[in-house]
Amino acid sequence: MSARVGVVLFPGSNCEHDAVEAVAALGGKAELVWHGDRALAGFDAVILPGGFAHGDYLRPGAIARFSPVMDAVRQFASDGGPVVGICNGFQVLTEAGLLPGALQKNAGLKFVCTTVELRVESIESALTGDAQVGQLLRVPINHFEGNYTCDGYTLDALRDQGRIVLRYVDNPNGSMDDIAGIANEGGNVVGLMPHPERAVEPLLGSVDGAVLLRSLLHAAA
Amino acid sequence: MSAFEALVEVRLRPGIADPQGSTIERSLPALGFDNVSEVKVGKAIRLHIEADDEAGARGQVEALCQRFLTNPVIEDSVVTLTKAAS
Repeated sequence: MSARVGVVLFPGSNCEHDAVEAVAALGGKAELVWHGDRALAGFDAVILPGGFAHGDYLRPGAIARFSPVMDAVRQFASDGGPVVGICNGFQVLTEAGLLPGALQKNAGLKFVCTTVELRVESIESALTGDAQVGQLLRVPINHFEGNYTCDGYTLDALRDQGRIVLRYVDNPNGSMDDIAGIANEGGNVVGLMPHPERAVEPLLGSVDGAVLLRSLLHAAA
Repeated sequence: MSAFEALVEVRLRPGIADPQGSTIERSLPALGFDNVSEVKVGKAIRLHIEADDEAGARGQVEALCQRFLTNPVIEDSVVTLTKAAS
């Protein structure tokens, strides 16, 4: 049985089809879920994709957090279901309080669109279970507000609990402690700014995102 | 019920990098303003609210700031209330 992945479509999302295609290419089954839906019945994992949910008005993720589907996402996560927020999806998860901290404007005020090298820091998460600690992955980034920040107490907790799952090898946006992706305490909710769904075919320039999404499919099974 | 105009000024908290503010500040000497510092960029949100009294209006606007208008991780806010012209 292949894992069923719900990919949430907010008004303004623009990476949802990439996520659906990537999951399918890796042997999973993905379906779009409208942000106005209130249930996630039958899904084994949830992806909040990249884009500009609700136009990024006020702050990225600030309005998406109140979309009806988010109550179901919160319930799904608290039941231990794997939830991954990619780029704008990461911003939504922090605004919703499912992950700590916030993503502020990139240092240098530059929108960054490039391929970066990531280092896997922990395999105790729904997104990195099949990877190896220290593994280097080439994955695209594409964001303006990806500069992760949190208070010192939170940063200590993330470090001590092994919840920093991915770091940038060469920090592109000023992110605190080179953080590219973090997990919640249970490891089942993960947010990251890079786009693994855009690195699953040689034609796309890298297949290094595949190990991350394959980890998600295994966590979902 | 009374009507109030609220001005919510959303600011980055101290210690949070403000790349917009520092970029503006760096550009000022080129325009001849070499005596300007501490440039900060925030947001101003204006709204109209009806409440029993000023304290009630302020409480609601501050709750709105906490829940929605600011992200307390990186932002704080200052609320200025004035009685709306009737």
